Amino acid sequence: MRTFAILFLREVKAFFYTPIAYVVLFYFLILTGFNFYSEVMILNRGPVEITVVEAFFDTVIFWFSYVLIFPLITMRLFSDEFRMGTFETLTTAPVRDWQVVLSKFFGALFFYVVLWLPSLLYFVVFQWVARSDAARSPGSYWGAYALLLLMGCFYISIGCLASVLTKDQINAAVISFTSITLWFFAGLLTFIFGVTAPVFKDIISYISAVEHMSDFSKGILDSRPLVWYTSMTILMLILTCHVFQYRKWKA
Amino acid sequence: MIKVEGLTKRYGGFTAIDDISFEVGKGEIVGFLGPNGAGKSTTMRILSSFMPATSGRASIAGFDVFEKSLEARAHLGYLPENVPLYTDMRVTEYLNYRAAIKGVKGRRVRERVGDVKELCSLRDVENKIIGTLSKGYRQRVGLADALVHDPDLLILDEPTIGLDPNQIRQVRELIKNLGKHHTILISTHILPEVEMTCSRVIIINKGKIEASDTPKNLVDRIRTSGGIRLEANTGADSGVEQLAEITGVKDVAVENQGDWKVFTLRTEANSDLREEVARLAGERRWAVRELARSKATLEDVFVEITHADA
Ligand SMILES: Nc1ncnc2c1ncn2[C@@H]1O[C@H](COP(=O)(O)OP(=O)(O)O)[C@@H](O)[C@H]1O
Ligand SMILES: [Mg+2]
Repeated sequence: MRTFAILFLREVKAFFYTPIAYVVLFYFLILTGFNFYSEVMILNRGPVEITVVEAFFDTVIFWFSYVLIFPLITMRLFSDEFRMGTFETLTTAPVRDWQVVLSKFFGALFFYVVLWLPSLLYFVVFQWVARSDAARSPGSYWGAYALLLLMGCFYISIGCLASVLTKDQINAAVISFTSITLWFFAGLLTFIFGVTAPVFKDIISYISAVEHMSDFSKGILDSRPLVWYTSMTILMLILTCHVFQYRKWKA
Repeated sequence: MIKVEGLTKRYGGFTAIDDISFEVGKGEIVGFLGPNGAGKSTTMRILSSFMPATSGRASIAGFDVFEKSLEARAHLGYLPENVPLYTDMRVTEYLNYRAAIKGVKGRRVRERVGDVKELCSLRDVENKIIGTLSKGYRQRVGLADALVHDPDLLILDEPTIGLDPNQIRQVRELIKNLGKHHTILISTHILPEVEMTCSRVIIINKGKIEASDTPKNLVDRIRTSGGIRLEANTGADSGVEQLAEITGVKDVAVENQGDWKVFTLRTEANSDLREEVARLAGERRWAVRELARSKATLEDVFVEITHADA
């Protein structure tokens, strides 16, 4: 645990050594801010069925910026260690491989959470200024943010796997961006092609991030996505650990 | 301290080290010599638990590097080839992190980091970002890192490569001092360095150990076929014929330098024929400006051992 904590702390610090962290923070702030603003403007035009929280998490800008941040925050995790050769000093210190993998994963997750903190403020400000609720119930917030965390875990674990595969960060970013985007669009298939076969729809609803979000942001907590994202994250991390070991042994 | 038995490592079909065995006792400074690609780094990487061997065993301080890897690593300070460092951290910050990760606790971290910064003369760059440091300083940061948890054993893979002569001298002094309290296995190309610092030398070539002895014994072994160097103006004489007639001279090579000739004589084992050569030169009225027995160095040993099958 002590070892993990030390590794984790370095990972968190490492984010702020790179200019990319600040770029991502800034970019995310602008995009979500703009997203929030335009949502409120649209909702302002007349009475609508949905709430601010639901609308916020249901726009193209939101999803686009969302998918883009994962490659950016995960690409250097392992690639940089390979490129600089520091994985040799790292793994010849008395640390276990899984501690390294988990510290990188949680380091990235921590950054991801930091990224989302300002957005909470939007809703707080909204309530304060508009004197009306941004959501139907507190469950709506919980739902939306819990799902963000779950999806974040999954996409970050994909990013980890992509990064451990190559010593070139750009390759890592391309791999994770492609996988996450494909994954994401797979969830939109029923929507795009208007497929209605129930089996297919069931499968898709299991993996569709957009559907999950539309449920969760209404405050409907479904256990299936929970199980799904958790198990997929664990699977990705186990794979990452194996590849890490393999690369070390191949050196 | 180190015990290696029948260690073999294959990369795909290529055998990088082939059934090597050796031991390093407590307090020894052992030089690990060999040409490029001999398998030095491979051996050290196995010892540091960085990668597993294909077969054979290795242990550090009694802990198997594969089965008891964490314990073995805790006893070891390892400096990899090319000194990988986090280039965006500051020197002190990096050393603090490395100390903590290697199990130095609480207040001891400050103390140890202070000590190694002193030892490796890093005081004047302690707040600099590692990426901005010169090669010599980085090398010392790497060394400080290897030392920071006060390990019993140091394994240093080419710690002086890419340094200028002054820096090499500094690092050599440092290693010599470290040898007073640590067991050290150090790989290098730089032979005078080994001659000066190491109590024993292991020479490895093409994955096999070719020799393991003190530098002195190795040099003595090769001096059995010694030589003499003569620089003289022999006038009308060719020189070669006359010198070859001295008993004990095996062959004579000559090189012309204007009026002067440089003769290189190979002589029988353990003989010193300088007097005979001087007498001959006197008789023939040669002008002599140099007459010396060529001393074999570790370099000759190295060349002879590793060159035989090249
Ligand atoms: N990861 C690897 N894959 C394949 N061959 C390797 C690998 N690492 C080293 N080798 C080969 O093994 C041999 C020994 O390498 P190394 O131990 O680095 O030698 P040294 O450190 O003595 O110069 C070399 O011929 C090298 O090409
Ligand atoms: Mg090497």
